[in-house]
Amino acid sequence: MTEIALTLTDAHASTARRARRQRLQDAAFRNATLAFALLVLLILGGVTVSLIDGALPALRTFGFGFVATEVWNPVSEQFGALAPIYGTLVTSLIAMAVGIPVSFGIALFITEMCPAWLKRPLGVAIELLAGIPSIIYGIWGLFVFAPFMQSTIQPFLINTLGQIPGIGNLFMGPPYGIGILTAGLILGIMVLPFITSITRDVFETVPPMVRESAYGLGATTWEVVWNVVLPYTRTGVVGGVMLGLGRALGETMAVTFVIGNAHRISSSIMAPGTTISASIANEFTEAVGDVYTASLVALGLILFLITFTVLSIAKLMLLRLQRKAGV
Amino acid sequence: MTMTHMDANSPTHGSHQMPPGMLAGTAAERPIAGAGLPEKISVRNLDFFYDGYRALKSISLPLYDRQVTAFIGPSGCGKSTLLRILNRMYDLYPKQVATGEVLLDGHNILSPKQDLNLLRARVGMVFQKPTPFPMSIYDNIAFGVKLYEKLSRADMDERVEFSLRRAALWDEVKDKLRQNGMSLSGGQQQRLCIARAIAVKPSVLLLDEPTSALDPISTAKCEELIDELRSDYCIAIVTHNMQQAARISNFTAFMYLGELIEFGNTEEIFTNPTKEKTSEYITGRFG
Amino acid sequence: MTMSNSATLATPIGGLYHRRRIANKVALTLALGAAGFGLFWLVAILWTLLYNGLSAINLSLFTENTPPPGGEGGLLNAIFGSVIMTTVATLVGTPVGVMAGTYLAEFGRNTKLAEVVRFINDVLLSAPSIMVGLFVYEVLVIRMGHFSAWAGAMALAVLVIPVVVRTTEDMLKLVPNSLREAAAALGAPQWKVITMVAYRAARNGMITGVLLAVARISGETAPLLFTALNNQFWSADMNAPMANLPVVIFQYAMSPYEDWRQLAWGGALLITVAILLLNIGARLLAGLGTTRK
Repeated sequence: MTEIALTLTDAHASTARRARRQRLQDAAFRNATLAFALLVLLILGGVTVSLIDGALPALRTFGFGFVATEVWNPVSEQFGALAPIYGTLVTSLIAMAVGIPVSFGIALFITEMCPAWLKRPLGVAIELLAGIPSIIYGIWGLFVFAPFMQSTIQPFLINTLGQIPGIGNLFMGPPYGIGILTAGLILGIMVLPFITSITRDVFETVPPMVRESAYGLGATTWEVVWNVVLPYTRTGVVGGVMLGLGRALGETMAVTFVIGNAHRISSSIMAPGTTISASIANEFTEAVGDVYTASLVALGLILFLITFTVLSIAKLMLLRLQRKAGV
Repeated sequence: MTMTHMDANSPTHGSHQMPPGMLAGTAAERPIAGAGLPEKISVRNLDFFYDGYRALKSISLPLYDRQVTAFIGPSGCGKSTLLRILNRMYDLYPKQVATGEVLLDGHNILSPKQDLNLLRARVGMVFQKPTPFPMSIYDNIAFGVKLYEKLSRADMDERVEFSLRRAALWDEVKDKLRQNGMSLSGGQQQRLCIARAIAVKPSVLLLDEPTSALDPISTAKCEELIDELRSDYCIAIVTHNMQQAARISNFTAFMYLGELIEFGNTEEIFTNPTKEKTSEYITGRFG
Repeated sequence: MTMSNSATLATPIGGLYHRRRIANKVALTLALGAAGFGLFWLVAILWTLLYNGLSAINLSLFTENTPPPGGEGGLLNAIFGSVIMTTVATLVGTPVGVMAGTYLAEFGRNTKLAEVVRFINDVLLSAPSIMVGLFVYEVLVIRMGHFSAWAGAMALAVLVIPVVVRTTEDMLKLVPNSLREAAAALGAPQWKVITMVAYRAARNGMITGVLLAVARISGETAPLLFTALNNQFWSADMNAPMANLPVVIFQYAMSPYEDWRQLAWGGALLITVAILLLNIGARLLAGLGTTRK
């Protein structure tokens, strides 16, 4: 057995060489992974720099006025971002107004109300729906939903809400079918599975003990959800909602089909409008001239700033929940 | 490796039972029973810090070659920590520091110049829970061998068989060497892990509660195996089970709150401990 | 919660309890209604897709190229282009994502840098894909002077990376440390511990991540609009504009020609089915991973 003890002494030349090689390989592998990790940062840096760089001609020409004017005239080369910014915010607002309560309802149904055998299939179905590409929502919106809006919903809204002084302004004008409202509603449907699956995940971070002890006190299902589950998961739910908002703000295809691509701000939410991403998608390849292209890139830069902020907040809130769940 | 210590060449002979630090320490005031046996590992004035917390306090003791040394003591007393210093497993994690000396065949393995991979190839370890790799039984064993040796196909087959036989597993798996290692039962998995450790031809085996996750029959098999391995290796075993320590070890170290309370011949520790704490623990009054 | 428990206990059938029960009923009914409402629309979308898409699916869809307005044709060149660009993007993005994810899970676990990378990666994960298109346009298309399949593939690769980084990290973190220790205890250097043991243990989960990434990019339209553009004809030249399903769907759906719209529906169904299959496959694989533990 002595030879066994000797085989691996440090002094043994070939073993030492092997060990040295492995140390080198270790360092090489480690540094390679580090390099690729840094590449992730570089991508974001690249996005930022290239957007700023591409937007410079427009920002130089229009200055701060770019974000404050509504004009969008390719012929006279006058561009302002106000209408797309307005459209982006309003469609997302509508999407959230629809998406949040409905997603919350579905998540509540799945976690607290539905029979056990339905829980998994329903959860899986929701997650699969979240994977459906947005272009599907867009073409459905164009061919099915917009005509339906035009023939049914919008006339109804015009005749009811449109008659009320004040908020009636929001629902005036001819029923185009396409427009801000339609785009917002489709976005709302699109973010449903997304927000739902996050909310459901977050609801399930509540320890069963906490939930059960509330039921043990005689609380009703709703009381458990409202007074125990929601407060416990608040940051997570808000984080999930923010992620959904980030998605709605930057969504391109679901909106482009039905927004109407009109660079103006109308008082009615049923009128055609545009969003940042829809403007870029519709006009970028056809844009002639530096200022036009740069203006579209500048729109992209604004979108980047908005979504980056929203997503960062979302991420921070979800992180906070994770830390809480971890403790 | 550099020879850092003056007695690096001959730590194993002579009648100096204990390094000087030992006598001043907390343990063993009587002459130690291992006198004359070759010391494979000598732990001297070892301290261990975990994120600033002193988890081991000036531990000194010898591990004799071809003997089984058992570490006993209540949970959190530092026995696993000590074991994980002997192959510097703690180096995988940040903020863990060991000071003092651990001599393996006279070389201080705590030296920053020590190549950790080589050290670990010489000091095998088996863990509490079986840890088969997600690959075939054959590959589980070949994995470690391939790291430092270039063997022909036939030699590798031979090595695999040798290790599996040594671990008393050969007869049970010889027809399914290509099966995934995870498909074995818990006891078989643990013996696979022992075979895997042996295959690299280490000279020291560290066993960290190797039977705590096993049923009584598998435990008995493993104990039998350890008994057989004794003739070739220096074995250190951490165990919660005092009967086990009494059954299989030649020497026993009792640890408490990061200190080595008593070290000695297993028989003496269990029949005639010198320290109050030791006798309290082995009679089950605490822990 | 402001209910006083002494009151509820004293009068179990009293007014307070009654009101609480009604509140519960109302809330749950609303939730049920919301669930039904939401699911109704989602099912409606799938139904129209199936209804319109199925009638558009026939053999020529797979054997003929995209037609000029009014002509007969199929989607062959678009299907081919989508497959090519998705494949290239996956081949480029996966190694990058796996390596970066490995850094986060294995080397940088508790470092500040890893925290930053993780954060940025998560932002990229849900960043609007049209911005990625703009980025690649600025970096590649302008520099090359023309639209190309390479540019399209690179834009998609940028979308693959964050998905793979995320799943690789998550899956590697699920690999028990004891397995790493066991490999290290044999004297294996860290890179072998990772590539031969940790990757193997996390393999199913990592493949799941790649499948999810492929699913994600195969429906992406926005990043291709001004990178790969589109091509009316058959082209296998990576240096030239290349047809692809999403952009063809976009253009044809927006067109006034009935034949083109039909093709758009057919393409939409194809993409959706492919993505659903990828997602289901990923899910099954992930399930395998968890049961084996």
